[in-house]
Amino acid sequence: MTDTVAEPIYQTDALIAQDIDAYLETHQHKTMLRFITCGSVDDGKSTLIGRLLYDSKMIFEDQLEALQSDSKKVGTQGAEIDFALLVDGLAAEREQGITIDVAYRFFNTEKRKFIVADTPGHEQYTRNMVTGASTADLAVILIDARKGVLTQTRRHSYLAHLIGIRNIVLAVNKMDLVGYDQATFDAIVEDYTAFAKSIGIAAFTAMPISGFKGDNITTLSPNTPWYQGPSLIEHLETVEVNSATDADKPFRMPVQWVNRPNLDFRGFSGLIATGSVRPGDSVRVLPSGKTSSVTRIVTLDGDLEEAVAGQSVTLCFADEIDCSRGDVIALADNPPQVADQFEATIVWMADEEMLPGRAYWLKIGTQTVTATIQQPKYQVNVNTMEHLAAKTLDLNAIGVANLSTDKQIVFEPYADNRTLGGFILIDKISNATVAAGMLHFSLRRAQNVHWQATDVSRDFHAQLKNQRPAVLWFTGLSGAGKSTIANLVEKKLARMNRHTFLLDGDNVRHGLNKDLGFTDADRVENIRRVGEVAKLMTDAGLIVITAFISPFRSERDMVRQMMQPGEFFEVHIDTPLAEAEARDVKGLYKKARAGELKNFTGIDSPYEPPHDPEMRIDTTAMTADEAAEAIVARLIP
Amino acid sequence: MLDKKTLTHLERLEAESIHILREVVSEAEKPVMLYSVGKDSAVMLHLARKAFYPSPPPFPLLHVDTTWKFRAMYDLRDRMARESGMELLVYQNPEAKDRGINPFDHGPLHTDMWKTEGLKQALNLYGFDAAFGGARRDEEKSRAKERIFSFRTASHGWDPKNQRPELWNLYNARKNKGESIRVFPISNWTELDIWQYIHLNDVPIVPLYFADKRPTVERDGMLLMVDDDRFPLQPGEEPVMRSIRFRTLGCYPLTGAVESQAKTLPEVIQETLLTTTSERQGRAIDKDAGGAGMEKKKQEGYF
Repeated sequence: MTDTVAEPIYQTDALIAQDIDAYLETHQHKTMLRFITCGSVDDGKSTLIGRLLYDSKMIFEDQLEALQSDSKKVGTQGAEIDFALLVDGLAAEREQGITIDVAYRFFNTEKRKFIVADTPGHEQYTRNMVTGASTADLAVILIDARKGVLTQTRRHSYLAHLIGIRNIVLAVNKMDLVGYDQATFDAIVEDYTAFAKSIGIAAFTAMPISGFKGDNITTLSPNTPWYQGPSLIEHLETVEVNSATDADKPFRMPVQWVNRPNLDFRGFSGLIATGSVRPGDSVRVLPSGKTSSVTRIVTLDGDLEEAVAGQSVTLCFADEIDCSRGDVIALADNPPQVADQFEATIVWMADEEMLPGRAYWLKIGTQTVTATIQQPKYQVNVNTMEHLAAKTLDLNAIGVANLSTDKQIVFEPYADNRTLGGFILIDKISNATVAAGMLHFSLRRAQNVHWQATDVSRDFHAQLKNQRPAVLWFTGLSGAGKSTIANLVEKKLARMNRHTFLLDGDNVRHGLNKDLGFTDADRVENIRRVGEVAKLMTDAGLIVITAFISPFRSERDMVRQMMQPGEFFEVHIDTPLAEAEARDVKGLYKKARAGELKNFTGIDSPYEPPHDPEMRIDTTAMTADEAAEAIVARLIP
Repeated sequence: MLDKKTLTHLERLEAESIHILREVVSEAEKPVMLYSVGKDSAVMLHLARKAFYPSPPPFPLLHVDTTWKFRAMYDLRDRMARESGMELLVYQNPEAKDRGINPFDHGPLHTDMWKTEGLKQALNLYGFDAAFGGARRDEEKSRAKERIFSFRTASHGWDPKNQRPELWNLYNARKNKGESIRVFPISNWTELDIWQYIHLNDVPIVPLYFADKRPTVERDGMLLMVDDDRFPLQPGEEPVMRSIRFRTLGCYPLTGAVESQAKTLPEVIQETLLTTTSERQGRAIDKDAGGAGMEKKKQEGYF
């Protein structure tokens, strides 16, 4: 098949045949290493993984037969077996000859079990590599010996380092194609060393290999007598895994589920993130800060005397303290911090760009909260590591930004604790996972800025005015009639001695929001500010009327969340686009159609009508005055 | 002996699976466990019992039945439901029942109607929004790329190009209207891990996994077991008693046996390790549509 015959990884067939019990005993005590392979399109990643599977006998006869027939049909290696075909799973990518997603592969040797995340090398797939790397203990960075350190090599190394992988292997592949030349290898290693240092990679292991021919994969190759080892497999079998280092850190366990089968049992279930726990240990529940001690570690196989990082357990406490999903149980005298404002690295993973100011779900451990992100401090060019100014983040962009959450969360810096420092962001409307992030630290602001309690309460403000505060939030297309109707509503309320204030879109943009334009990101910020102002005015006891296009559902929902229950009335001024455009009071539609006005709602920027507004006003069916009358009647029955 | 703090690979796999099971129960509205009575299902059920102990797992078991499973599977199914204290739901596609769809006369339609259609109907009928399945990534190429939380459209289709990124052990279980989730808690287990775990934990499995003398006929290169008298013998065919066992269990007329003397778990594991053909090879279903057979089936809504 090839001219280098690789030694099989297993010498154990004999043991399996002679003494299966002894073999099982060994296998039972194996540890597990998860790693990723990264490289450019033609660096031979899939071939290397195919080789590892083949050499560790994870390929069966029937799969091999299928592989041989596939190799002839679509293979790129002529008559030889194309190992890549074994790995490239999905039909679409087999046709294109590339890997397009994260695939997980399994093999084991005498010492360890391995899970390999195969991640693609294309520029547009940063998100896949970050995904694969997030669970990895080690990264194998593949380099084509003929090409040396490429832009992609730098990018993959940066990403692996960013996600916190400490063990990096530089596998200089295709050594067979450069005549196993030591000088070529040394030059590449020297080149890479300089780069690695510049991005903070302290150490890496370099090795010359050929995935295709099998050199230095399982055993040292006679073709590279100048290389002293280790072979790739030897190295993978001996490096330290993450869970081993996690066990030495202070105890933390995010609570997943409260186990309450009957009144006599109350246990808290979770996966231990770091440290270890024993019955009798003093623990603190965060964010409440209540303390108790552990009485039992309950499992189906009997109570445990100790549990360590990486185990899923159920803990019972000596005291009946409040503890539920989202809380974190921690060592009593060394608990993690609690905060609501952070600096974080964000990897954007969605086609729709990040919108600073928009509310996203943030999931960290078992906590899910609402978070808003500020404009990035900078974006990182993943090819040059330069910091660039950025207003937002696009698909596959990586940046650093401040973010704030609507409640305090229990956290630790990502560098100390992946579980309490790594998070995902979820779009509230599409439910898609749009970003991954890593918390750096809390902003001291959060610790030092306290809510100032005032003696004259919001209820008192409202009582003085003899009214219930409210926000009448008008939304609709430009020219729908929002300002006209809002103005009439305010006049009617004033006549009824109600204390009101009208916030108008155009007027606000002359002052408070004059720094904002009409991009999606600016529209979100516009609405956020107006929402905050409206909220302060309701605290002052006012009835606030707002007239803004406010085209996005998520921002209107965000404002709704800011207000006290029952005080937010969303009023959809529902005028069909054709009708609004026909009226064109301000002549804006004409300009937009002529291309003189960009990002105009209804023309080249979307309007998302409310699903379930408190009121819907059909302006084609009633006059502005009738509409205002109806709205006032709804507010003050 | 290892340092006590380094967990073995089986301990890590177990902890990961339990974590997944608990996340779904915490975040889904109405989860269910698809229980096929095979060895992977057996391990998945055992992990669920561990995850929620001392409570019984807080969801029902759903068996999408084809009426053509081995009798020994029905026995174990009923026993395990009793022992786990879980509700057992059995669903048989009424249309397949009426039309008498069977593996002998209807070929691929059998799997399509009883299993693929039956599953969709059952999920719609009960309104389950998350279903646990015992698929493993090492089984088949398209599985290797599937997420642990795998979303299905309202018509139960799978879009492999539009999967949510899954980072660390953070799972996004939020669904859009009409969507449902298939969750695979034992994604990262291999066949050997499954056997090893069954061995270490005494997980009850169907006796057909162990060799015994059973009535068989050889047909189209497959060794089939004559499990009941619905098996139509062709002229000249005569059941022969052979010492056989099964590496995978499905509908008995579609599941090939292997000749074996392995009567204990270590012996079964021994044979598995020394064997040179893959596990799904005994099943007709993967070969239907060439290299991409399973991927196509999954897009259509097969689990």
